[in-house]
Amino acid sequence: MPIGRPANELPPLSQDEILRYSRHLIIPEVGVEGQRRLKAARVLMVGAGGLGSPIGLYLAAAGVGRLGIVEFDVVDATNLQRQVLHGTKDVGRKKVESARDRIRDLNPHVEVVAHEAWLTSENALEIIRDYDLVVDGTDNFATRYLVNDACVLLGKPNVYGSIYRFEGQSTVFCTDEGPCYRCLYPEPPPPGLVPSCAEGGVLGILPGLVGLVQATETVKLIAGIGEPLVGRLLLVDALGMQFRTVKLRRDPRCPACGTREIKELIDYQQFCGIRGGEDETAGVPVLTVAELDERRRGGADLDLVDVREPHEWDIGRIEGARLAPLSSFADALRTFDSARDVVLYCKSGVRSAKAVRQLQEAGFKRVWNLEGGILRWSEEIDPTVPRY
Amino acid sequence: MPVTLRLPAVLAKAAGGKTVHEARGATVGEVVGDVAGRFPELGPRLRDAKGEPYPYVIFYLDDEDIRFQQGFATPVPDGAEIVVVPAIAGG
Repeated sequence: MPIGRPANELPPLSQDEILRYSRHLIIPEVGVEGQRRLKAARVLMVGAGGLGSPIGLYLAAAGVGRLGIVEFDVVDATNLQRQVLHGTKDVGRKKVESARDRIRDLNPHVEVVAHEAWLTSENALEIIRDYDLVVDGTDNFATRYLVNDACVLLGKPNVYGSIYRFEGQSTVFCTDEGPCYRCLYPEPPPPGLVPSCAEGGVLGILPGLVGLVQATETVKLIAGIGEPLVGRLLLVDALGMQFRTVKLRRDPRCPACGTREIKELIDYQQFCGIRGGEDETAGVPVLTVAELDERRRGGADLDLVDVREPHEWDIGRIEGARLAPLSSFADALRTFDSARDVVLYCKSGVRSAKAVRQLQEAGFKRVWNLEGGILRWSEEIDPTVPRY
Repeated sequence: MPVTLRLPAVLAKAAGGKTVHEARGATVGEVVGDVAGRFPELGPRLRDAKGEPYPYVIFYLDDEDIRFQQGFATPVPDGAEIVVVPAIAGG
């Protein structure tokens, strides 16, 4: 059963479009009606990053008539390893603008609607309401629960994908008969337990694999062909190159699609345990990069300790530091001398704040966290230290 | 005949670097306990302090969600495969 308008209300194809989509038109399962369905379709992409890039490119090429893009981010050099919607020339530009230009070049028949905003409980229903389906390419749990609940409330299918390092997951949530995201994961992991791609890394190709599964499911849902990935969770393992599906069931106790006790959007930051404005580094004694530089130039005797992991140490380090990764910090406690000043750093200052707390709990008094970590050091003191 | 417990790569570090583990046990909980017993770091990633599964780490016994069976008490047939699927959110 295709989504969208009845067959007699579908827009016609122009001569240009017939030529462009000829390889679709000659597949009987798609044909002229399927292509007209794609043209009539209104798809909202949440995120124009790793997953959103292949999704946007292929849905545009396939002839989806209206592509909405919700994205507030700016293109960063570290995005380019996987976010193929954006180019080197786009670094520093808004992703919605970069995406719109690229999609216009790829297929001028596609109307791109840029929603330059973060999706929030305040704007989600209003934005999603105007689309036939949503493709979730966000990068955090709070937005995933938000997208899910909004899709359940509005009755819009949610084509889901998520990735981490070498592995990905994809399925279609929120159809009439299928489960929703909360049926699969009733509660999110506590903040900090599951690292983001920015913290833990991701194989650049992986969002291509998973994003194209999402794009494929989107096209199938619009054209009403094949077996949609409803009630099945596809697990992608790029290292083993294995694809397997496990069964998903609709949970009758699910507060969103089961009991329907969720009648409006909630505070998803709070639901995911992220308290507004909370700073994990709060209350930890800090040293600024300028202060550290000055003390070192003055010949101060201090123990400068890098608490990142060895593979990050290999990327670059502050000269004179030693390595004591946070993951095995307890074992390294005996290497510290309580009579010396200790300065700890990591990439941006969050992990080293945890290490400072561990030292404080062990009785150390002269311990400081390097504010902003090695990134700040590279920015303000020594630009030869690589940023990553 | 042993059972196979298949972990995601993200948990392999806590399990001696391996994603596939042969284990023994009559129930899913026993199989999980067998592997967790060998790798102390892994245990808390798979189950909470009371020994119950987390709502964000899902266990599939031969591709069926154990929550719709008997949870960790679900009996495990010989040669079965248990797949661990934690929530991830990257995009």
